[in-house]
Amino acid sequence: MIEKIKAKVKELLEQKKIEGFLGLARVNGHTAPFLFKNIDELDNMALGDNISSGDARYPLAKTLTLFHKKYPDLIFGILARGCDERAVNSLCSFNQLDKEKIIILGISCPKELAKQCECEQPFPDDLFAGEKFEKEPFVSVKKIEDLDLDEKFDFWSYEFSKCVKCYGCRNICPMCFCNECTLESEELISKGQLPVDMPAFHLVRAMHMADKCIDCGLCEEACPVGIPLRTLYKKTNQIMFNDFGFKSGTSTGQTSPLATKQPSQKIINDEA
Amino acid sequence: MDYKTVLTTCTYCGVGCNFFLEVLDGELVGTIPCKTSPINQGGLCIKGWNVHEFVTSKKRLTSPMIRKNGELEEVSWEEAIDYTASNLKRIRDENSSDSIGFFASAKVTNEDNYILQKFARAGVGTNNVDHCARL
Repeated sequence: MIEKIKAKVKELLEQKKIEGFLGLARVNGHTAPFLFKNIDELDNMALGDNISSGDARYPLAKTLTLFHKKYPDLIFGILARGCDERAVNSLCSFNQLDKEKIIILGISCPKELAKQCECEQPFPDDLFAGEKFEKEPFVSVKKIEDLDLDEKFDFWSYEFSKCVKCYGCRNICPMCFCNECTLESEELISKGQLPVDMPAFHLVRAMHMADKCIDCGLCEEACPVGIPLRTLYKKTNQIMFNDFGFKSGTSTGQTSPLATKQPSQKIINDEA
Repeated sequence: MDYKTVLTTCTYCGVGCNFFLEVLDGELVGTIPCKTSPINQGGLCIKGWNVHEFVTSKKRLTSPMIRKNGELEEVSWEEAIDYTASNLKRIRDENSSDSIGFFASAKVTNEDNYILQKFARAGVGTNNVDHCARL
């Protein structure tokens, strides 16, 4: 798979179709986000599999927004799994990226990773290399749904109480692009204090991610205390789909139903 | 247009978390925790996450300072070392070695801390060595 991608990036760079290719590289023994601008750098290319599959993924779409802000006219290539493609699509919908300026090289995730992620679509629509695997069910959500109300409350109270307010979930999130963040608003969230405001901190974030979350799971991976954030956002995503027929990032040009609809007015998009 | 990530170690405490500093056209623009680091495994604390901001902070001290007539003044390293050495020597000679204490730091390397305690014990002659984490 990687050789096919290298060959394509080489071609894109040689034909000067892109300014650079944003992907991952193995540098100093670590996997890092890397902007490939020269063909001789391609030897170090990596796909984000370190010890296990997909354990060294990074929010490349977020980095791409940095480039796009500073160089809106340049065209970049980007390595994208299913979730990365959804992030690019959604960021285009929110006017943070321009699809015309992006060439996606899509790779699929292996079954093992798809299962671990409980991924809705472990491959991009624009698949360049790899095999398409079926979607996996949200087992983690079901597990919590089966608890009774008190148990649920205790579960989340305990999980949220562990929070050290590192803001890592927000910082790593490819979909968090606001200039001003509600989580830094002193009216809602107390500053410099622990334990975290319960449940305001995590539920405000969950609410704000409702029309954005593309279920990449980087938040949960960045959480130093192991709060099952992905499960929380998966539930939010489920509500968004059941009540509005909305899934973030399934196409570009989406409008957030939270801005335009009431829960009773279902909108069905093409993919639903 | 130039973008690179630079792998480095957090300077805030002694844990040794690794992260990438994002450099866009020579300017520090972000911090990304290193997922392949066995130390922090892709996580960081709030200080680590914002490490790129202090490097260019205007509030950052970039040269040593000595209080002169009640006011802190920027001085050269030469003058600072001279001042510190001569005063340490004077205090030791006037009041004994044990009138001086040393605080090691979580923000420096093991080797730096080693040399500090060595200096305290072998150079100045005191066991008064403690660590900022106990303050």
